[in-house]
Amino acid sequence: MHKTIIAVLALAALSFSANAETIQERAVACFACHGEHGTSETENTPSLGGQQAPYALIQLFMFREKLRVFDPMNEMAKPMTDDDLRSFSDFIATLPKPTPPSDAGDPARMARGQALAQQNRCNSCHNTDFSGKDNVPRIANQREDYLAKTLAEYKDNSRHGYDATMADVMQTVTKEQIGDLAYYIAHFR
Amino acid sequence: MPAGFNVEVYAAGMANARSLALGDKGTVFVGSRLVDKVYAIVNKDGKRSVKVIASGLYRPNGVAFKDGTLYIAELSKVSKIDKIEDNLDNPPKPTVIYDKLPKDEAHGWKFIAIGPDNKLYVPVGQPGNNVLHDADHGQIRRMNLDGSGAEVYALGVRNSVGFDWNPETKQMYFTDNGRDWLSETVPEDELNRITKAGEDFGAPFCYQGNIIDQELGWGKNCKDYTPPVGLMGPHTASLGMRFYTGSQFPKTYKNVIFVARHGSWNKSQKQGGDVVAVRLNKDGTVKSVEPFMTGFLEDNKYVGRPVDVMLLKDGSLLVSDDWNGAVYRVSYGKPKVANQ
Repeated sequence: MHKTIIAVLALAALSFSANAETIQERAVACFACHGEHGTSETENTPSLGGQQAPYALIQLFMFREKLRVFDPMNEMAKPMTDDDLRSFSDFIATLPKPTPPSDAGDPARMARGQALAQQNRCNSCHNTDFSGKDNVPRIANQREDYLAKTLAEYKDNSRHGYDATMADVMQTVTKEQIGDLAYYIAHFR
Repeated sequence: MPAGFNVEVYAAGMANARSLALGDKGTVFVGSRLVDKVYAIVNKDGKRSVKVIASGLYRPNGVAFKDGTLYIAELSKVSKIDKIEDNLDNPPKPTVIYDKLPKDEAHGWKFIAIGPDNKLYVPVGQPGNNVLHDADHGQIRRMNLDGSGAEVYALGVRNSVGFDWNPETKQMYFTDNGRDWLSETVPEDELNRITKAGEDFGAPFCYQGNIIDQELGWGKNCKDYTPPVGLMGPHTASLGMRFYTGSQFPKTYKNVIFVARHGSWNKSQKQGGDVVAVRLNKDGTVKSVEPFMTGFLEDNKYVGRPVDVMLLKDGSLLVSDDWNGAVYRVSYGKPKVANQ
């Protein structure tokens, strides 16, 4: 079983023709919006550092296939080969993860956010430290505006997940609660 | 695999390969839940290739085939392409035959199949993990092949992503996924049998035949619902299933049900992620559930996730894997490469 799968992967690797540029050189374009070293300082734009490689791979694939629509990313991903998608997602995972904001956060909002995270069992898939696993993203210390935007998109079904888990979870989370949840996860330490 | 069985990669490069259907001329159709495409694995002059035969669809998870026509189930509609195998290089766009379906994302993707009564069976899952829902959800419908005459065939179905008909009794068997978050060990996914139209299988009030739901089941009694004929393990995500009616495997596999278990997410120690062989008693209840194809789960991480199973005409078994975007072929006897 595994031998056959490995054989397929090996063939795929052989067909990969190395690009003249290194992945670090090609990633400079990413950093223009996603921030130096992958920590974003751009509104509504996610930090990439420490992201789970399988999650990043699925997102890049969805951007390339226009299954997730955001023009700049659709353009970026358009010429990418499958191997490019893999190289970039592996590379993104090696970037330093974002750090918590210097302020500890408003205790009342943090408490409300923590309660919501527990109630909705975010830790079950995203991990107790919100570092994510496999196709489930790292969300710890992600930009607050991007988290709020994404949760709202899952709620109104304009963002389509790998499966329907987030659409299901968000059914019972209100607009006000999204604000507290995003605040808590962005400030998590 | 048990001794004597072989596995090979039948085709790969089909992102998020999900449900399988076999054409009269040997074409294998593959649906997808994530991607907007339906693929065809085409066998021509002894060579296999993968083509995209439909795109721009929304979660086209379900595929079925009958008399030259391919049926495709998206999240909220069913469409068809006539004479598809004669037009694989330039297939016409699918024609919608039925769209009176809810648009919920949760449990909205569909497995479909055509029964021995020549009707198309279409499930509508519960719109969430464990919710009180209206009369349009939590059921399996059946309809004529042109989408007319739709009726509810089974009730109390949480989320079925696989069914087939017992070749001897012609009774429909279906897998149903149990609810999440009750505990790590219960409820188990169900294997159900429909003996008459309109039967109620309990969800969201009663799970696995003997657990009254602690949130929604107040005042309900499991005795009022049809219990499962077999239990498939907690949170294992038992999906595609087919009775083995081929002649290639040893005789002991005659009419065994192969069930693809996608594998749990709602469990600390993952379970499932395999294909199991379900043997039935003479009365049609489950005698045993045993491992058949394993190895997709390593160190509590998936390296593959089986979704559907399907027989080829030579009696070998195809298994789809949406994690690797591949379809494997399981054969019995001296290893040889598929020649169809």
